Amino acid sequence: MDKLHVKLQVNGKPVEALVEPRLLLIHFLREELGLTGPHIGCETSHCGACTVDIGGRSVKSCTVFTAQANGAEITTIEGIEGADGGLHALQEMFREHHGLQCGFCTPGMITRAWRLLEENPDPSEAEIRQGMAGNLCRCTGYQNIVKAIRAAADARQAQQEAAE
Amino acid sequence: MIPGNFAYHRPADVAAAARLLQEHGDEAQLLAGGHSLIPMMKLRMAQPSHLIDLQDIAGLKGISRDGARLVIGAMTTQHELIGDALVAAAVPLLREAALQIADPQVRYVGTIGGNVANGDPGNDMPGVMQCLDASFELTGPGGTREVAARAFYEAAFTTARAEDEILTRIIVPIPKPGSGYAYLKQKRKIGDYATAAAAVLLAVESGRCTSAAIAMTNLAATPVFTEAAGAALVGTTLDEAAVGAAVAAMLAAIDPATDNRGPVEFKKHVAGLMLRRAIAEAAGRAGRGTA
Ligand SMILES: Cc1cc2nc3c(=O)[nH]c(=O)nc-3n(C[C@H](O)[C@H](O)[C@H](O)COP(=O)(O)OP(=O)(O)OC[C@H]3O[C@@H](n4cnc5c(N)ncnc54)[C@H](O)[C@@H]3O)c2cc1C
Ligand code: FES
Ligand code: FES
Repeated sequence: MDKLHVKLQVNGKPVEALVEPRLLLIHFLREELGLTGPHIGCETSHCGACTVDIGGRSVKSCTVFTAQANGAEITTIEGIEGADGGLHALQEMFREHHGLQCGFCTPGMITRAWRLLEENPDPSEAEIRQGMAGNLCRCTGYQNIVKAIRAAADARQAQQEAAE
Repeated sequence: MIPGNFAYHRPADVAAAARLLQEHGDEAQLLAGGHSLIPMMKLRMAQPSHLIDLQDIAGLKGISRDGARLVIGAMTTQHELIGDALVAAAVPLLREAALQIADPQVRYVGTIGGNVANGDPGNDMPGVMQCLDASFELTGPGGTREVAARAFYEAAFTTARAEDEILTRIIVPIPKPGSGYAYLKQKRKIGDYATAAAAVLLAVESGRCTSAAIAMTNLAATPVFTEAAGAALVGTTLDEAAVGAAVAAMLAAIDPATDNRGPVEFKKHVAGLMLRRAIAEAAGRAGRGTA
C-alpha cells in the first residue's frame, strides 16, 4: 500500500511524515513523534485516555487515522502549559486537589478539560460532569477531578482579571 | 488492534467521491466521522481496500431552513447539531436525541449522515428520523433521489442506499409550532447504546391528541416506526387507557434479542417504560410553543 505524505502542526510545530494510511493517530504521536503523553487505555474508543485536540475539538486519537488529521492543528498534553511556560492552571489544580491517583487517565482528562474551559470558561458542576463524560478514571471516583477543573476555571478567571 | 491497510482518498466534491465509489465498487467505503467504521475496521469486521474521506466536501456541511423543512448536510457533526440555534428552535427533538448519543469526544466528530447511513440498530438517529418522517437524499450515478426514513432500513446494516450512492442531505419536515416531543433513552452508562429508547412527536388541541408519531431504537434489527402505537393516541386525551394501548401496540411491533443489555422480557419492560415516559414528557411540552 502506498504511503501517504502528511503535513500537520503538532503542539505548534510543523511535522511532516510518510505514513501508512491505516496508521492510527495515537500510534503516530506516540511511536513516530515520541509524544507518549496521550495514553492507550482501551483501544476501543471508550476510555478517553488517548484524547488529543484536533483543530479545536477533543478527539479520541485511537479512533482517527493520521491521514484524516493531515493538514490539522493538534495539541497534546505536551503542548499544554501556563502563560509563563510552567504548569497550566489545570495541571496545577489537578495536583492541588488530588485529581489523580495512578495518573493514567490524567493526560486525556486535562486535554479534554482544556477544550471544555476554552468553550465554557465558567462551567457548573453538571456541565463539567457532562463535558468530561468521555473520559474514564479507574482510581479517583471523579470527585476530585471535577473539583480540580472547577478550581482551574476560577484560577483562569483570576489570572484574566489580574491581567486586565 | 490494527486495521487492515487501504488506499486513502479525500475528494473535494460529491462528484469526485461518487466517481471513486463507482470505480472501486464494494472494495470502497465512505468515511465520515469514522466513529462507527474505524472500530469495525480495528476488529477486522470491516476491511475496505479504499476509504473515501468526505471531510473536504464543503457541500455536505451545514444546516438551513427551506420553507417548512430543515435541511441538514450529511457531514454535519452531532456537536454542530447540538449547538445550532435553528435546530433548537425548529426541531428540538433532534437536539434532545443528539445530546444522548455517545460522549463529547464522539459527538465532535460523529456525523448525522454516518449515524443514519450506518444501519446499526443501536444508532439513535434512525428512529428519531422515522418519528419525524424525515427523508434522506441519496446521490449516485443516476442522479439524486429521496427515500423516506420509514422505508430506508431493511435489516441490520442493510439499507435502501445502493453501494454507489452517497447520502448527501437529510430533510426534516418542521413540526407544527406547539408540538410536543421527547426522546427517552435507557442506557447502562454514558456512551452506551440504548437498552431501549422511544421517540415521540405529538400535537394536542383543546386537550385532545390530534397526531402522534412513535419510533423505537435498538429493539429489533431496524428502528421500529409503529403507526398503530401513534394511532392509539390520536383522538384521546392521552389518558391511561390510550397510553396503555399505545404501549401494547408498540410491544407487538418490536422484536428485541437477548444480549449483554438484558433478556427479552427486560427489554420489553424497559421499552414500555421509555415509551410511557416519552409520551408524558411530550404531552407536557405540547402547546407550550416549544417545538
Ligand atoms: C464509544 C462510542 C459510543 C457511541 N455511542 C453511540 C450512541 O449512543 N448512539 C449512537 O447513535 N451512536 C453511537 N456511537 C456511534 C457514533 O455516533 C458514530 O459517529 C455514528 O454512528 C457514525 O457516524 P460517523 O460520522 O462516525 O460515521 P462513519 O463511522 O464514518 O461511517 C459509518 C458508516 O456509514 C457510512 N457512511 C458515512 N457517511 C455516509 C454518507 N454520507 N453516505 C453514505 N454512507 C455513509 C460509512 O461508509 C460507514 O459504513 C458511538 C460510538 C462510539 C465510538
Ligand atoms: S484508548 Fe482511545 S478511547 Fe481508550
Ligand atoms: S488516576 Fe488512575 S485512572 Fe484516573
